[in-house]
This record gives sequence, structure tokens and C-alpha cells, in this order.
Amino acid sequence: MNNNNLKGWLYLLPAIVFLGFFMVYPLVDVFIYSFEEGYNFASQSYSGTGLFNYSFVLHDPYFMQALKNTILMVIITVPLSTGFALLISLALSSIKPLRNAFQTIYFLPYVTNTLAVGLVFMILFKKTPYSDGLANMLISLFGGTSVDFIEGPYWAKMFVFCFYIIWVVLPFKILILTSAIASVNPMYYKAARIDGAGSFTMFKKITLPMISPMIFYLIITGFIGAFKSYSDAVALFGTDLNAAGMNTIVGYVYDMLYGDSGGYPSYASAAAIILFAVVLTITVINLTVSRKRAVY
Amino acid sequence: MKVVLEHITKRFIDRNKKNKTELVAVSDMCLDIPDGKLIGLLGPSGCGKSTTLNIICGLEKPSSGKIFFGDDDVTDLPPENRGVGMVFQSYALYPHLTVRQNITFPLENLKGDKKLTKQEMNDRALGAAKLVQLDGYMERKPSELSGGQQQRVAIARALVKMPKVLLLDEPLSNLDARLRLQTREELRRIQKETGITTIFVTHDQEEAMSISDLIVVMKKAEVQQVGIPQDVYDDPKNLFVAQFLGTPPINVFAGEIREEKVYLGEDCILDAPGIEDKEVHVGIRPEGFIVDENGPLHCKIRVVEVMGRDTSIVSSHPVAETETIRSIIDSEDRPAATSGTVTFSLRKSKVLLFDMETEERIYPC
Repeated sequence: MNNNNLKGWLYLLPAIVFLGFFMVYPLVDVFIYSFEEGYNFASQSYSGTGLFNYSFVLHDPYFMQALKNTILMVIITVPLSTGFALLISLALSSIKPLRNAFQTIYFLPYVTNTLAVGLVFMILFKKTPYSDGLANMLISLFGGTSVDFIEGPYWAKMFVFCFYIIWVVLPFKILILTSAIASVNPMYYKAARIDGAGSFTMFKKITLPMISPMIFYLIITGFIGAFKSYSDAVALFGTDLNAAGMNTIVGYVYDMLYGDSGGYPSYASAAAIILFAVVLTITVINLTVSRKRAVY
Repeated sequence: MKVVLEHITKRFIDRNKKNKTELVAVSDMCLDIPDGKLIGLLGPSGCGKSTTLNIICGLEKPSSGKIFFGDDDVTDLPPENRGVGMVFQSYALYPHLTVRQNITFPLENLKGDKKLTKQEMNDRALGAAKLVQLDGYMERKPSELSGGQQQRVAIARALVKMPKVLLLDEPLSNLDARLRLQTREELRRIQKETGITTIFVTHDQEEAMSISDLIVVMKKAEVQQVGIPQDVYDDPKNLFVAQFLGTPPINVFAGEIREEKVYLGEDCILDAPGIEDKEVHVGIRPEGFIVDENGPLHCKIRVVEVMGRDTSIVSSHPVAETETIRSIIDSEDRPAATSGTVTFSLRKSKVLLFDMETEERIYPC
């Protein structure tokens, strides 16, 4: 190893130590925990090694419910929120007056605390002895029957959950997309106008391909973020998510560690590793597709 | 297609300043552009030449005045209905499309009975690419081409829909010197081959003079002079035009007329019959100097630059309006000395007199 090489490693050392200590080591540790059966924090002991933790987690109806909830929510919210964000960004880019005002309004949810947003959603959707919630008032106004969105049927709870998540993630996506749209050189639109392109053609042939790297970025981070959501569910349905049937995978991991059924780090590790595998798979698929489809 | 501009004025509102001021980009411009010619719109930056181009193509609407293509009033037509092709300064090629897709882009937007089949589009694109000698590069992306090739793709894209008028905005400014020479000949050839009325904007007078049939010199939103390049060079209307055309630029002196003779300081250089006594700007083209021991003009030599065919003498004179004056002479006639005083006699046709105040030319009249 020559001198220069050594210097390079020396410069990398702080980052390697930091990342190794806080990222790689815990990951490996969790991986190891997940194979150790009945691990006990207090005594630092375990009864055996094997795949039992995985088998337990995969046969646990609560985990399956959490997995189903998470996947359903991801599949619904990621495309919808990206689509809405694109529509809103396009609208924002094509208006001049009040653009800044609208941008601020759309950005507000981003700086608002998750639990505070949850409170607002409660007011909108929760049935209490005094009120049916704003949403139900609207439904009855149009002659529908009121639904309990927070403690009612599964589809209603899923609807509120997805609605909430879309609403929370939208601002960031709008922010990214409006700046992506604004960074497209106006020269292209001028050239296209002279060549007789209509606004839809311009969108399809210029805007969309030019911002496609950003869209893929949002889809990939959107998938990862949505798979990891937990506090959103707590904000809406309270801490006993298993009872509400609205648990997420991260929620399940948390419950296994600290919840009422807490004290099972082995199961938590196994669930975390399963989540890691799912997210990794989806991300790899996303990246492969985006490399093929992203235009330049 | 003949293009006529009638009293075109374009005002912008300057938003940067607090009290909104109006900015006149083009002022009462009248221009007749004959069919099938190559026209150079020439002027320093900010003189309104690009705005004029944008008004002709329809991206900007004139504040007042009318534009005709042939006999049709196109003032209110949007750009896509005017039948113009435009090449932008930075080409505006779509980076995600191949050369073929870039060139067919305008054809895909044709509607109604003009609609083309895929085969026709490809044929037309290939034809346009052949014209600019890029038919071997159809499947490449713009990023895989050189600057000159990108430029030619942009020209092919502008030509493929067979426009009535072709507009070029600073078409050569992004190319290096060698490529610029080559491309401007290319432009000339393409224009001749297609016979499309072509208007291009440039701030480079050499570029404009070398390929244009007609040049339009603009300054501060106003047309100064329109004409055949050589005519405008020999016969400038005012000091600005004289100074703008020609490299090296014309040498200007603060001269004086006394008893129908032109004096530069103490040097009496020329007879000026019929002009009253007054102060004038005296412009002498660099090629107007002849080294002559008995000549009337005495200058102090600063540098003698030998450039092979020509020699350029950089010298100074007490009443010159610039620090140095530059004369270009045949290398055979260059003075032996490289310092001291040099005396010149002058070619009469290369000496121009301009009024001190209005800067209009007063001699030769």
C-alpha cells in the first residue's frame, strides 16, 4: 500500500468509523438477533439458534395483518400521492398570481407535527358522543349513511389511513416537482411552440421526460418511506394498533420490543429483517425499471 | 416569402425598478425583406435585434405595427401558424430524443390534411439531415454530437417542415473560430439550396458581412442603415455604423475644417470643398493609410505588427479619439523604422467626415 493510498484511507476513517458503528454494526447485530431464539436482554442469553423467529413471525396473525396493511397502504398511496403532486405542481407552474401563496399553503403540512395532523383528522373523521365528524356530516348531507372511520369497518379505516399519508407526503413531492418543472429550460417550450406542439404534447414530450429522474426519485423514496410508516398509524388509531387492526410492520417491531406484548427482541429482529428484505427487493425493482425508463 | 415590417414598436415594462419604467426594445421599425435572401440583423447587445426576431417568429407580440409574410398580415397569428423555422442560440435540441426524433418533432405536430405517415416523416427527416450532412447520425443523442453537429441538427429541425421563413438567433456564437467559418459557409450553401428567406441575428459584423445579401444595422432599438454589406461599409450613414463595421475598426480623430480644408491638429490631410468651418469627427479606415515620406499625416509609431501578407502599424496621434490608431498596409511597403515618426498619405475614398453633434456623415456627401 503506497503512501497516497494510506492518506486516502485516513481521510475516509471518520466516516467509516461513524457509519460502521451506527449503521453497519446494528444491522449485523439485528441480523444475528433474528436467528437467536428467546433472546433475553437482561441476562444476555438465548436458548438456541435457527429459523424459529421467522417462522413465528410469519405465522403471527398480527404480523400478517401488519404486512397486509402496509403493503396495501404503499400500493395505494405511492402512485396516488406522486400523481396528485404532479398535477398540483403543473397547476402551480402554470399560474402566475398567488403562486407563492399556494406554494406556502401546500407546504404547510410538511412543517406540521404528525400528531397534530392526526388530531385534525380526528376532528374530521372521528365519531364522538357529541359529533359524527365533519366527513360524516358531509356524507349525511348528500344522503349517505354515516361511517365510523376510526373505529369502524376495515375499508373505512384504510381509507382514512391512506388519505392521511397522502396528505402528509404530498408537500415534499410538490416541492421537488415544482422545482424540477421550473428548472426545465424555457427554450424548449419556445422551440416546441414554434414547431406547433400543443400543451399536452409539450407535457408528454418535454416536461415529463425532463423531470422523469425526479419522478423516479420520488417513487423510490416514496416506497421506502411508506414501508417505514408507523407514527401515522399511531396518530390516527392510537397506540394499540393490533387491537385496531391497523398495525404496520414497523409498528409490529415496536410492539414486540416495547409494547404491551413487549420483550421479544428476537421476534422484533426477525420482523425488521423481513421488512428490510421487502424494501430492498422493491427498491432494486424500482431502480432497474427506472434505469430502463428514465430518459436520460 | 417576402417579409415586411411596418412601424413595429415593442415596449417592455421594466419590473426590476420600483417605479415601473417602460423600455423600448424596438422603435418604429420599418423593413422590407425581399424573397429568398439572407438577411443579417446586426447590432451590439441590447439593441433589439433578438426582440425583432422574436416578433417575426411570433413569440413576442409587437406593441404596435404590422408584420406581413408576402401579402398576408401575420401580426396576430401564433408562431405555429406562421410557418417559420427557428434555430436558437443554444440550439434547444431535446436531449432525450435522438437526432431523428428531434428532426421529426415538428412534423409530428402537423394536423389535419397535412398529417404525415411515419414513413413520410422519416423520409423528410432524412432529406433534411442530408442537407446538413448528418444523415449518418440519425440514431445518436444530441449529447453524442459536437457543437457544430448539434447546430446542424437544429437547422435541419427548423428546415424539415419547409418553413416560409427561417430565423436564426446568433447561430454561430457557440462555435469555436474554425467551426464558425465552416458553419457560416454551410449556412450560406443551405440557404442558397433551399431558397428560403432567412433572417439571422448576430453581433459579429464580420459574420454578418461575409454571408448576408443584406445587412440591417441596429442601435438602441432603431434601424441605422439597411443595405448590401459592401455598400454599408463604404457608405455608412453615421459614425456608429462606420465604427461598427470593419475589423480593425475605423480610426476616429477629432478634426477641424478651416477654409475648406480638413486639419488633424496641424496636419492638413484633405480638401473639403463646400463645407463651412467647424469641428468634425474624421474617420479613416485602416486600409486608407499609405506610408509616404512626403505624406501629410504624422504619427508616432507604437508597435509594428507583421502578419505575413499585411502589416499593421499601431501608432498614436495627438487628436485621435482613441489612444492608438491602427493602419493596415501591404507588408512590402512597411517602414524600415519600428519607432519614431511615420508619415502617411491617405486614400481619399477611405476618409469620412461626421458632424460633431449629430454624428451624421457630412463628407463625402
